[in-house]
Amino acid sequence: MLIASGLKIAVAALVAGPLAVGGVALLTPIAPPPLPHAVVTLAPGAFAYRLAGDFSTAGRPVAAPRRQLRQDRPLAIMTRQVTAAEYASCVEAGACPRIPQAVPTADRPVVGVSFRDALAYADWITRQTGVVHRLPTDAEWVFAAAEKASDEALPVVDAADPAKAWLARYETESARERPPIAPQPVGTFGANANGLVDLAGNVWEWTATCFERAELAPSGAVRPVTTNCGVRVVQGEHRTYMTDFIRDPRTGGCAAGVPPANLGFRLVVETALADRLRAALERTARRLLGPG
Amino acid sequence: MTRRSVLMGAAVAALLAAAPALAASPDLPRKTVDLVAPPFVHPHQQATREGPAIVAFKMVIEEKEVVIDEAGTKFRAMTFNGTMPGPMMVVHEGDYVELTLVNPDTNTMPHNIDFHAATGALGGGALTHVNPGEQVVLRFKATRTGAFVYHCAPEGMIPWHVVSGMSGTLMVLPRNGLKDRDGKPLRYDRIYYVGENDLYVPRDETGKYKTYESLAESYSDTTEVMRKLIPTHVVFNGKVGALTGANAMTAKVGETVMIVHSQANRDTRPHLIGGHGDYVWETGKFANPPEKNLETWFVRGGSAGAALYTFLQPGIYAYVNHNLIEAVELGATAHFKVEGTWNDDLMTQVSPPGPITPGKVGAAGTSVVK
Repeated sequence: MLIASGLKIAVAALVAGPLAVGGVALLTPIAPPPLPHAVVTLAPGAFAYRLAGDFSTAGRPVAAPRRQLRQDRPLAIMTRQVTAAEYASCVEAGACPRIPQAVPTADRPVVGVSFRDALAYADWITRQTGVVHRLPTDAEWVFAAAEKASDEALPVVDAADPAKAWLARYETESARERPPIAPQPVGTFGANANGLVDLAGNVWEWTATCFERAELAPSGAVRPVTTNCGVRVVQGEHRTYMTDFIRDPRTGGCAAGVPPANLGFRLVVETALADRLRAALERTARRLLGPG
Repeated sequence: MTRRSVLMGAAVAALLAAAPALAASPDLPRKTVDLVAPPFVHPHQQATREGPAIVAFKMVIEEKEVVIDEAGTKFRAMTFNGTMPGPMMVVHEGDYVELTLVNPDTNTMPHNIDFHAATGALGGGALTHVNPGEQVVLRFKATRTGAFVYHCAPEGMIPWHVVSGMSGTLMVLPRNGLKDRDGKPLRYDRIYYVGENDLYVPRDETGKYKTYESLAESYSDTTEVMRKLIPTHVVFNGKVGALTGANAMTAKVGETVMIVHSQANRDTRPHLIGGHGDYVWETGKFANPPEKNLETWFVRGGSAGAALYTFLQPGIYAYVNHNLIEAVELGATAHFKVEGTWNDDLMTQVSPPGPITPGKVGAAGTSVVK
């Protein structure tokens, strides 16, 4: 287990009607407002994190460095994934894109959502509750997923014989047990030490982290070379990268890989005033600049 | 007519009545071959010095519910020997194929078999009607070389039986083996048999695939989908992903692989991503010289094609129907896992992906001369 300090503040799941407009809630940071979903607040702590993206040293691919990070403020995150019924409410409200063939069920996670759909939902639920909701970063996801986060250092592609790594990756992917592809009732895949359910089940979760290509200096310093926010990190049984408008990961994958089963998401809730202000600014910036 | 000859005649008549199917056999050696499930093919010689033989096969028809994709979609299948496609049989030109076709009483439908390799009687279809609880034995001479489709063809329900899974392949090899255009012998180290099926699964009002208690109940809905000609699934070996992951086909660098591709109903266009067809009998018939160095080959609905390829580079290869919508969205994708040593001369990544450097081209970063 990565997180030793397990201070958790469970926020009761209260089904409440829409609160006042976002601005009002922004000014009442003390008591956590009622939310339509359960959230746990994780105390700050250290954790091990393998950086996302592709790394190279002197032009040769190398394994992504594993770092000791610190989550330096409390992280409030949904205990479960957003459900199909919740997403359907957002669609009904005209705020989320309608997704094909989703049967809205209260007890199952929404699947078949793209990164953009997830953002739309986060913005809508933020307006509904007056509390800022956003996707976690990849590091936050790993911090919250704790022992459920897999640190699978994939074999490095050696330019002299790239096929070795491809074959090794393929073997690893093929050996994975494949759970049933249909979304299962919330809680089916169990809870982790932090009380988050269904991590690493059959629904992968979007994160806000962009794909990055970086150079790793012998000193350990990382120098970003390319950042592509059209591709985001997706987390689950293993980490992968997905184009932001893809809803069905099976068709978003490449010809010869084994893709995730489903795409869904859970959200982080901003609790501190400063964080909320920052997130509000980010949202405004995003609205002005467009996604990605 | 003597009393003795009358008795003889009566005895013969009784024998005939007891076993009406016992026709005289050609005076040739007999071989019995056990079939194996696709994508594998039973052991066989590629060229033979032996004379023609009677080669006996047995297939048991099995109607059953199968799962055809990762979402668990259930499908009422009709199969030869329990697999989609049915197993591949291999004989040599001049051999007699002798098939015992069994329709157990656990089935609900009459069935038969039409061999595209056979001559007369609707490919054997008119002589092989078997009801549940019956079996039949058909013998025909393999007079033409090539990979040929066989399929079920009961009157009035032919397409439904075929797109429910009842097709397979018979390969008739030249007695002295395969040859290139110049008569040089061609051999393979491995053979794989990829049977492609287009499937038509009805949906309910919400778009969910429907399941049925029996074949009969599925018939009218399925026919309605079939008549629109757009399959819901296009699969290799009976299921989306049946030849991927742990079930991917394997080979080694330097090995020559024969890929026989059959499609009993609908056109398809096999393509090996990152590889080629070294020698391709696009129509599957070995009396015609193979074409060389193909990128994609066209297999007409109702036929089988054959391609030889020697793998030159290790890695994962996708073998697809290069209507890529059918490959990726509908399921027609298989994988090859190929072990061996990478050949830098054939391909190398000169410089890894990185920032765009204006005015520079090539490995040494040569400046573009204006």
